[in-house]
Formats: sequence, C-alpha cells, structure tokens
Amino acid sequence: MSKRRSLTEAQCVSLAQKLLRERLCHQKLPDRPLALDSQYKHLLELLRRTAVHGESNSVLIVGPRGSGKTMLLGCVLRELMSLKEAQKNVLLVELNGLLQTDDKIALKEITRQLHLENVVGDKVFGSFAENLAFLLEALKKGDKSSSRPVVFVLDEFDLFAHHKNQTLLYNLLDVSQSAQTPVAVLGLTCRLDVLELLEKRVKSRFSHRQIHLFSSLSFAQYVDAVRAQLSLPPDFPDPKFSDAWNHSSYTQSLFPLSAFTAGIFKPIHLFLSVSRVSVSHSTLHEADLLEASRLISADSKAIILHGLSILELCLIIAMKHLNDTYDGEPFNFQMVHNEFKKFIQRKSHSIHKFEKPVVMKAFEHLLQLELVRPVDSGVCKVQREYQLMRLMLEHGQVMEALQRYPQCPTDVKQWALSAFA
Amino acid sequence: MFSSSSLPIQPLCIRIIQPSNLIKRMSVTLQCPGYPEDTLRSLAERLPCRETQLATLLALMGQPDQYSYPSVFIYGHRATGKSHVVLSIMKDLELPHASVDCVECVSSGLLFHQVLSAFFGPDAAALLPRCPSLSDFVRLYKQMSSNSPATQTRYIILDRAERMRDMDFSLLPALLRLQELVNDNVTVILLSEIVWEKFRPNTGCFEPLLFHFPDYSKAELVQILSWDHHPSYTPELYASYINILLGVFFSVCRDLRELRHLAVLNFSKFCEPLEKGEAKESDIHKLWKNIEPHLQRAMQTVYLREVSSVQWEQQQMDEKEATTLRVLSAHAHIELPYYSKFLLIAAYLASFNPARTDRRFFLKSHGKIRKTNFLKKHEKTSNHLLGPKPFPLDRLMAIFYSVVDSRVAPTASVFSQISSLVTLQLLSQVGHDDQLDSPKYKCSVSLDFILAISRCVCVCVRLLDLLALSLVIQSQVVRQERSLFTAVSNLHLL
Repeated sequence: MSKRRSLTEAQCVSLAQKLLRERLCHQKLPDRPLALDSQYKHLLELLRRTAVHGESNSVLIVGPRGSGKTMLLGCVLRELMSLKEAQKNVLLVELNGLLQTDDKIALKEITRQLHLENVVGDKVFGSFAENLAFLLEALKKGDKSSSRPVVFVLDEFDLFAHHKNQTLLYNLLDVSQSAQTPVAVLGLTCRLDVLELLEKRVKSRFSHRQIHLFSSLSFAQYVDAVRAQLSLPPDFPDPKFSDAWNHSSYTQSLFPLSAFTAGIFKPIHLFLSVSRVSVSHSTLHEADLLEASRLISADSKAIILHGLSILELCLIIAMKHLNDTYDGEPFNFQMVHNEFKKFIQRKSHSIHKFEKPVVMKAFEHLLQLELVRPVDSGVCKVQREYQLMRLMLEHGQVMEALQRYPQCPTDVKQWALSAFA
Repeated sequence: MFSSSSLPIQPLCIRIIQPSNLIKRMSVTLQCPGYPEDTLRSLAERLPCRETQLATLLALMGQPDQYSYPSVFIYGHRATGKSHVVLSIMKDLELPHASVDCVECVSSGLLFHQVLSAFFGPDAAALLPRCPSLSDFVRLYKQMSSNSPATQTRYIILDRAERMRDMDFSLLPALLRLQELVNDNVTVILLSEIVWEKFRPNTGCFEPLLFHFPDYSKAELVQILSWDHHPSYTPELYASYINILLGVFFSVCRDLRELRHLAVLNFSKFCEPLEKGEAKESDIHKLWKNIEPHLQRAMQTVYLREVSSVQWEQQQMDEKEATTLRVLSAHAHIELPYYSKFLLIAAYLASFNPARTDRRFFLKSHGKIRKTNFLKKHEKTSNHLLGPKPFPLDRLMAIFYSVVDSRVAPTASVFSQISSLVTLQLLSQVGHDDQLDSPKYKCSVSLDFILAISRCVCVCVRLLDLLALSLVIQSQVVRQERSLFTAVSNLHLL
C-alpha cells in the first residue's frame, strides 16, 4: 500500500495547467482523432499498401485551416510505424511549402533527409541539376521487391505549385506513376481549388484521390469533443481535484462558441480559458469561456478608433461624410480639410480652429495607422495634400466607435449623425 | 538656480525618482506561481497603469516550464507601453528571449542571426550559411535545440512587426507556427500598431492570440507624466502644469512620448514667473496666462518639427531678455529675388484659374461682361480641392507681363529664374524633360505662401491679394460672380 502525499491546491492547479497547455498548445496527438474515422481508415489503408505491398500512391488531404489535417496525418503515421513490417523499411521525407520556398531548397532537403551519398554531415554538394539527376537515379533503380518505400509528405501543397515549372511536383508524381521505387506522395492543403493550380502534365500524373476534412459534428458531438480536450486524464495524482474539474459545467457557454470555430482542433478559446485558472479560481467556469470568446470576437479597428485624438476623430467623420455624399469616391486631404473647416465655422462650439499643418499631422497619423490608404500606393507625383485616398472603415464601425469614445463632445456626435453635413 | 539648457531629454525608461502622495498606486497582488514575488511587485511598480495587461500577460505565459500559445499578437497605439511592458517582463524575470526590431532587418537573414545568437550563442549563428533561407534557420534551430532542449519557454519578440509583411511572404506564417515546426517550447510575440486584419496572408495562416493594449486616458496620462517632476518644485505644481499642457494638446495628440517631450521643453518657461518673483506657486491663473500663448506657439512649431528642440530652447533663452513674441515659421525664411516672386504669383494664378478667365482678369479692355455661367458645371468643385493644373510656359509669361508693375524685357535672366523655381520645388515640371519647345509647369505652393510673399512685394500689388482671394471665393460661391466682376474691373481701372 503506497501512501500518496496529497498535493496542495496550488500544485494541483499547476499540474493541471501543465497538462492542458501541453495538450492544447503543443498539440500532442490524441489517441484517435475525433469524428474522422472514415478518413483515418482510408489514409491508413493507402499507406499500408505502399509500405507493405509496395504500391505507389498519391493523395491530397484537403480541409480548411484548423480542421485537423496535420493531426490526422500524425496519427496515421504513428500507427503505420507501429506495424512490424513498416518500421524497418519505410523512409519518411517531410517537406513544408513555407520553409522550402524553392525547388532547389526542397531538393536539398529531400537529399538530406534520405541520407543519400552526396550529403556529408549537413551540407549537400552539387548543383540543382546534379542533385535532381542523382535523386531520380536513386529512386529509379529500385523496384517493388527490393527497395525501401518512401513516403513524401508535402505540407502546404499549394505553395509547391507556385514553384517554377512545378519541377519537383512533376518529378515526384512521375516516380509515383511509373513502376519504380514504391513512393507515396501525400499533400496537405487548405485550398479547395488546388487541382486548378497544377499544370496539365502534373495533374495527369496525379491520381486524383482527395480526402476531404469538413467538420460535420452535431452540437452534442461538439460538446463531447470539447470536454474530451479539457478533461484531466484518469491518472491525475489528485482524484478529487480532477473529479471536480471534469464535472464543472460549462456546456451552456459552448453554444455561441460552436458557431464560429472552424473545428474543435483550433484551441484558442480553450487556451484562453485555461490560462485564467489560478489558485483563487481553480475550476473552469462558463464565465471564462464567454470572456474568452468575447476577447476573440472584438473588432480591432473599432478598438483602435477609441485611442484617437478628437482632431483625428473629426477627420474620420469628415471622411465618412465625403464617402456618403460622393458614394465612395476617393478624396484627398484638401477636401477633408474643407469639410472640417465647414464644421468648425458653422456647428462647432468646443473645437477651436487648428492650423492646417497641425491638421495635416493628424491626417498623417491616420495614414500610418492604415485607416486611410492612398489609391495608387507608391507613385506620388502629386503633392501630398492632393493625393487621392480611401477610408478603410465602414459607416457602422465609425458610428459604433463614436458611441464608445470617451468624453466625446456632443457637437461632434451630432455632426456625425447628421445626414447632410 | 534652475536653467533651461541643462534639462536633458530623458530616455523612455521611466524611473521613479520619489514616490509622491498624489499618486495612489494600486496594490496589485499578482498571483503567478513560478516567479519570485518581490520581483513581480517591483515590476508592477515600474509599469504604471499597466497592471491589468501585466497580469494577463503573465497568465498567458504561465509558469516558465509550461507551454504557452505558439504566437501572440499585441497591438495598440504608439507609446502605449507594449515594448516596454514585454521587455521589462523578460528582463526582470530573466526569461530566455530574443528581441528583434523588424525595422533593422532589411533581410530575413539578420533576423535569423539575431534569434540564434540570442538563444544558442554566437557560434550557432555563425553556422548559418551566407544567405540563409527559412529552411536553413529551422533546420539549424532544430539541431541546436536537440542539443540543448528548452527547460523554460523561449520567447522571440518581434517589434514593429508590420515591416514583416514586406519581407518574404512565407516568413510571417512560418514564424507564427514556429513552435510546431521546430518542435520546441518557443513562443513568438509580435508587437505592432496596425490591426491583425492587415497582416493576414491570402490563404490564411495560424491565427495568433490577439491582445490589445488600450490607450491611456487623460487621468492616466497625468499620473504618468507627473512622475518626472523636477525636484526643486512641488509635485502639485508639476501636476497643475501637466493639466494645463494637456488642456492645450490633448485634443490634438495623445501620444505619451510627444507630450513628455513638450512637457520637458516648456517647463522652464512655466516657472519663469516663479523665478522672477512675479507669482507664487498657488497663482495658477497667472501662470496659465503666461504659458498658454507659448504652448499655442509650440503647437505650430516644435510639435510640427518645423523648429528643432535646440532652436526652441535657444529662443526661450533669447526671449528672457526681449519680451516680444516672435512668430516662427519655416516659410518666413525663404528669400526670393524680386521677379521670382512675381513669377511665382503668376504661376499660382495660372494653375488655379481656368484659361478662359485670363482675358477677363488680365486684359485692361476686355469688352462686355457677359452674364453667362462663370464656371462650367464640372469645374464647380474642382479648382482648390483637386489641386493645381498644368499650364504652358507661354501662358505663364503672359500673366507675368500683365502682373508685374514695370516693363520687363524677356531676357535669359528672367527665364533662368523659372528653372531656379523648379529646382527649389516651388514649381514642378509636368511631362517629359526633353520637351523643349513648350514645357509645362505646375505650381506646388499653397495660398498661404503666396499671400505671405505677396505682402513682401511692394504695395501696389494689393490687387493681387484681392485677385488671389477672389479665386478662393469663386470656387465656393458661384452666384456672386456679378459683384465679383464689378469689383475686379474696378481694380483694373485704378
């Protein structure tokens, strides 16, 4: 019988935070991805055929950001490597479109990961043409029975389609179609129209096999999935704490959240709520999740408008009026200054007249915040005051910002609300 | 004895000189296990009005050995304390961090170099190849971190992150998911003025955690600015000075750095009556009357950077002896030759008047004044709002001859003054450089400048003032054209 020293509250909270953070941030692979069973089986079968039976394959995994593509692939590869036959044989090459932005770099990376003979330590020798010839030679020499299968994983597949001539894609898919080394080419992408990006010769060599990941969960399944993400594992040292944690009720607050999360695997809300847990506040409440969703859905432009000075706010209102009167046509500083002067002369009591250079400085501040953008960015043969600009805010955003502006003078508010300035 | 020239511009890092009774500091109990309590307390004291943001950031970061969200995007106005808070946290709590200012990184290789040398030492950075790509950086990082894995979360802080949008297109998305790519406990913190919507790449990316630093309210600004009061005077006096300063400048500018700079520059002028013995510290009204016109002038000069701070302080010293208020303006200092002034005035009239009206304005006998619509429909809003229009050289010379008061021969010296005006950028040439027979120009100065120089020219050019003014009126109110015509024709007959 082992006597367990009961952990203090602070230690429990700290341990719970550590576990959950690792699960949510570091995105540890779950045992089995939720609600993706058919896709999982399909992919596993394909890879097994390559690894064990030596069949070449190519497949694209398509799904919006956050729907679990990398996670699905990770789980499948983990299971594949646990198979006895695959463990010793399969070579894995992982490429990412963000990192390998060029075919040259990609080729060097492949050569490095396959540990071919022209790699010494870390440096790859030879030119692009030589490397390519060497790689193809190495791949072509093999056949079904005697060579090791290679699995190429291309993350951000659509970025590879922007390389020059799509050389890498063409060669990889070519190898996968001909009877050479068994090769599996897996692409992961978020674009649904990725096939249109491929050239004709590349597209014809692709097997047109696509696995789509769209989250089609009912609300009950969604709640279960979130609970699974947030619950502490059964081997937590303090069972009382983990019981209280797992049974805390926050189901009601999940309904608004489910409306705008792409998938359950995008854990920003969950992370924010978990970060609010501390010693004084040691279980997860609904308020935490609601607060998290409020922070995430805040309109940042309206928030930025809160910090502008009165002069800058008046300029924005003047621009809004110009937009309303002239139906969104671009304006220049001179016109805005004109509107502002009209307001000062006729309607304003609280704002006194500012010199034109001071107004210009306020206008330039708005330019720097990118709330106003020039129509033709770059070429400015025109003087600064006469360069045409557009306002990057909508009518509704300006009005909402006005409501929240601290100590806004009433004449400014009335000016904004008036239809014809 | 308190002299203005010895007052230095203080660096941005705010230090407490002495705690004052005016300021009620919030007693913040920052609950953050894993960091020493007294360090947290001293940190909170150094970051006035930012206690909530500090607490949230510490909650997001968690304990040093725990994972944190892969990327955090902190946005807010200028001088709201974003870099100050984040860097203070990093330095005081001694967390492993690499702080990079994206303005300095003209190429992404410089960024990689700085990050690797901050985490793994300069030897690791030396292993980077000549023009490192992102792939090299990630590979090297993975190698180094497998040799020395992170016991605490490493932070990469990218200041002025809006510059990263102009670098390689894949740099920003890759850095946002760096934790996943290198499989290490690292968090990237981006600091910027511009909202996240402007950063998002076309096909999307890993969304960072957005965190807003709100702007300071007026009361908070007073609280912060009151902290660097001069030791010879009471804090209450300084607080009332700050209130006066904010009364003038708050509706124009809410940037803490600018306000601080202005406060430091003008304090000596504020204290002048106290030194001279003309007023006591409690005579706020008298002190206000003394400083207010001075602050208004500062708004037109130092605030706009038309005059440098050194020149401003020099002026204050000079004014102690003389008591006249001199108006400073950069434009008043431009000296032009006599005929150049007329050329410039003629150019302005040529740019802003449509060519049809030249006959009526500049010929002594222009015949009957017809009652037709003076301005065509499309020109009604145009002239002063859309900017100057180009005019050929002949038209300029015609208007010049009718405007100048004596007979001028068309010598080379007159024509060369036109090219000097172009070099001074008071006129700009439109069209190709090698169009020799009829070059076209445009006037690039404003009405205020023209009025200023026309006052310097001799008195009988008053009519030009009127002409210039009449042009302003005509573009706004068209119906008064008849009275305008009679006024102008009367002038010509003078």
